[in-house]
Amino acid sequence: MSQIAFPTPDPLILARRDAILAGLASLLPDECIVSSENERRAYETDAFTSYRQMPLAVVLPRNTEEVSAVLKYCHQQGVKVVPRGAGTSLAGGAIPQPDAVVIGISKMNGILEVDYANRVARVETGVTNLSITDAVMPDGFFYAPDPSSQLACTIAGNIGMNSGGAHCLKYGVTINNILGVKFVLMDGTIVDIGGAALDPEGLDLLGLIVGSEGQLGIATEATVRLLRAAEGARPVLFGFDSSEDAGACVAAVIGAGIVPVAMEFMDKPAIEICEAFAHAGYPLDVEAMLIIEVEGSEAEMAAQLQRIIEIARAHRVKVVKESKSAMETALIWKGRKSAFGATGRVADYICMDGTVPTSQLVRVLARTGEIVASYGLRVANVFHAGDGNMHPLILYNVNDPAEQAKAEEAGNDILRLCVDAGGCLTGEHGVGIEKRDLMRHQFSDVDLEQQMRVRAVFDPQWLLNPAKVFPLDGRLVA
Amino acid sequence: MIFPSSETEAGDSIRALQASGKKLRIEGGGTRGGLGRPVSTDEVLSTRSLTGITLYEPSELVMSARAGTPVSEIEHALAANNQMLPFEPMDHRMLFGSSGEPTIGAIAACGVSGPRRIQQGAARDHLIGIRFVNGRGEIVKSGGRVMKNVTGLDLVKLSCGAYGTLGLLTEVTFKLRPKPERTGTLVINGLDDARAIAALSAGLGSPFEVSAAAHLPAGIVGAAACTLLRIENFAASVDYRLGELAKLLTDFGPSRRLEELESLPLWRDIRDATPLAAPRANAVWRISAAPTHGPKIVAALQSQFAFRHFYDWGGGLIWLACLADGDAGASAIRAATKAHGGYAMLVRAPDDLRTRVDVFEPQADTLMKLTAGIKASMDPNGVFNPGRMYADV
Repeated sequence: MSQIAFPTPDPLILARRDAILAGLASLLPDECIVSSENERRAYETDAFTSYRQMPLAVVLPRNTEEVSAVLKYCHQQGVKVVPRGAGTSLAGGAIPQPDAVVIGISKMNGILEVDYANRVARVETGVTNLSITDAVMPDGFFYAPDPSSQLACTIAGNIGMNSGGAHCLKYGVTINNILGVKFVLMDGTIVDIGGAALDPEGLDLLGLIVGSEGQLGIATEATVRLLRAAEGARPVLFGFDSSEDAGACVAAVIGAGIVPVAMEFMDKPAIEICEAFAHAGYPLDVEAMLIIEVEGSEAEMAAQLQRIIEIARAHRVKVVKESKSAMETALIWKGRKSAFGATGRVADYICMDGTVPTSQLVRVLARTGEIVASYGLRVANVFHAGDGNMHPLILYNVNDPAEQAKAEEAGNDILRLCVDAGGCLTGEHGVGIEKRDLMRHQFSDVDLEQQMRVRAVFDPQWLLNPAKVFPLDGRLVA
Repeated sequence: MIFPSSETEAGDSIRALQASGKKLRIEGGGTRGGLGRPVSTDEVLSTRSLTGITLYEPSELVMSARAGTPVSEIEHALAANNQMLPFEPMDHRMLFGSSGEPTIGAIAACGVSGPRRIQQGAARDHLIGIRFVNGRGEIVKSGGRVMKNVTGLDLVKLSCGAYGTLGLLTEVTFKLRPKPERTGTLVINGLDDARAIAALSAGLGSPFEVSAAAHLPAGIVGAAACTLLRIENFAASVDYRLGELAKLLTDFGPSRRLEELESLPLWRDIRDATPLAAPRANAVWRISAAPTHGPKIVAALQSQFAFRHFYDWGGGLIWLACLADGDAGASAIRAATKAHGGYAMLVRAPDDLRTRVDVFEPQADTLMKLTAGIKASMDPNGVFNPGRMYADV
C-alpha cells in the first residue's frame, strides 16, 4: 500500500509523448535518448526502492550545452524534469513521474582540471564522488565528503543533497568543500556561480543551490576543494555493554576538546549484520560500538588515542581494538560503509536520516527501539554519532504491503521524535518524496512559504523535480 | 530609531513600515556601518535591545544568541569552556575607526570571517540556524541547532553575507570548535609575492593542517617581507608540525618560529587589516581569488596605480589600500579580476565614492536577475537596507 502520493500525471503531456520525444530527438543524438519501456525501467526508482514511477523519457546529455538545450525545450513545452545523478538517493530524490523527462548526467563524468597549488579540481558533475579522490590520492590529496555510496554516487547528486559522510565531523559536508558550479536554469540559461575564490561574488547563491534537491536547476560542472591527506589515520573500535555508555562517551570526547575525524555508532544488530558481511573484526559480545578515527603522525595518533581511551574507560568501555594495518583499517571502514548494503542482504529496509542534538542521542535511540518494536518490526542503528546524524534502518518485507505501511509509519514517528528533540528530518540524505509530507512538522507554513517564494525565482512553474521536498498541498504557484 | 526588544515587536514594526512604504536601515553595534553602499532610509532599526545567549551546549559545540548580543560577550562565554567561533571573525573597528561593540548578528549578516577561513571555513560554514523577520513582517526560521541539516531550502547561507538586505536576523546559531591548546607560527623573511605564495601553497598542501597562511610584503609590518604559516593544535603537535613544516619549506630560505605571545597579536592585526588602517583617508579593497592568481592580480595593478597590500588565505585574499581619488582603482581592479578570476569589494571609502563605484563585484545580468528575484521574494517592498549591495536592489 503506497502511502506517499504522487501528483496526478498531466494527461496533455502524456498524450503528447511522441511529439516530445521527437523534440528531444532533434536536440540529442539517438544514443543520448532512452525511450523504450525496457530501458526506461532502469530509471523508475532510486535507492528508495519501494516507490516506482515510469518516466516519460530519459535523456543523457553529453555536455552543458545539451543540458541547456533540453531544459530550454522542456521549459517551452511545459514538460516537467527530474534530474538524476547515479540514482542512489535514499529519499526518493531521483524517482521520476510519468509526465516528466529524466535528465541523467552520467555521460558527463570527466575530471577537467586538477590544481594542487590552489587545492581545487574542476569536474563534470556526473563524475562519481570516489573517482575524484582516486584521481588525486596518488599525490596525497582527497575530496573530503564521503557518503557511504561514494563508489557510485555522483557529484551532481552530492550537490543536490548536500551530502555528508562519516568524515564530515572534521571536514564538513558538500557545501563546505565546493567553491563553484556551472549551473543550468530551467529556461536553459547557463550561469557560473563561484569559482576558485573563497568569498562569494554577492549573495551566497552556491549556499542556496547546494542541497536544493534539483529544484533550482542542474549543476553540470563543479569546482571542488582538495585537501591534503593526514600523515596517517587510524580507526579504533570501542565496544560498550550499553548504548547509554557509548553515547555518553561521544559527548565526553567532544567536551574534552577533541574533535576526531569520525565517530560512528553501531548497535548490536548493525554490528552483527556488518561483521557477517565484511569480517572486519567487530566485537560481537557488546551492545554498542563506536568507531573513532584519529589522524596525524604516529606519535600524534598515539597521544590522541590515549586521551580518548581514558575517556572511554571512564565510560566503562569493554573492548578497545586498534587497527594494526592498512588492511584492517580498510576492513573496518568497509564494514561501516557497506552497512546499508549488508542490511539489504538480510531484509528490505528504509533508512531514516534525522539529526538530533548529541545530548539527546541516547534517549532518541532508546525511544527509536520502542517505536519500531511497537510496530512489530526490527531496527538496526548505524550512524554518525559525533554530529547526531542518526540512521535507524527499519527492517521489513517489501512484498508485504501491510508491513511496508508499518515501516513507513514507524519511520515517520522516529522523524517526528527527532524534530521534537530539537533536531531535523534529514541530516544528509535530503527530503525527497520520503519526508516531504513531514515538512510541516519541522517548519511553519510561513517558513515553507518563504522557501517556496525563493524557489519560485528559479522555477515559477514547478517544472523541476516537482513532486519532492514541499508538501503537495499548499504550494505557492506563480 | 526603533529598538525592538523582541522578535514579535520587530515583526510588528516591520509590518507597519512596509505597509506605509517606508524603508529601514538595520544597525547592530554600528562598528561596520561603512560596509556596502551608503543607505539612506526613513527609519533605523537597532538590534541593541535584542540581546542574550539563548542556548550554549559546550558538549555539543553549539551556541545561539539574539542578533544584538555583543561578540565580546559570546567570546567570553565560549572561552570559559575553551571554545571559540572557528572562523575567527574580523573586527572592523581598526579599519573604520569606529567605536562600540560588534554584534553577532552583524557577523552573520555580513558573513565576517578571518584568517582561519582558509582551513576551517567561513562564517557561513558555521552558521547553522537563523530566525529572521522578512519584508512582510513575518517571522521565519531556517536551519536549526544540529550539526547536519539538509531539510528544505537553505535560507541560512543565503542570508549570511546578504548585508541585511533580505531580512532582519533576530537570532543566530553557530557551530563552535574547541580552542587550540597552542598556537605557533613559522616565518620566512624576504620572499617576493609569487615566491611567498608558492611557499604558502606548499604549506597548505602539506599534511600539517596550516590554520592560517599570510604574506606581508616589505614595509607592511617591518622592513622585511614576512611569509607566515600558523599551526594550532595540541602543544606537542604544534612543536612537531612546525618542525616538519620548516623542513618542507627549506627551499624557500631559513625560517624561524614565533611562539604564542608574538604570534597572536600578529594574526589579530592580519585579521583586522590593521596594517592598512592608516591613513584613514585611503580606500581599502579586499580581493578574493585563487591563491596563485593573487600575485598576478597585484602585478597587473602595480603598473597602473600606487597602493600598499598584503595577502591572507594563502594568497587568495588580497587586502589593498590606495588613495581614494577618482575611482580608487576600481576600473583597473575590476579588469584584473575579470582577467584572472575573482571578486573585489570596496571595503572602506568615503560615502560618495561608495555611491559612484560598485562596492561589490558587478554581476552578469543572469545572476543579477536571480539576485533581484531573491530580494523580491524575501522583501517585496524593499524595506531592508535598500541599495546596500547593489544600487537597484
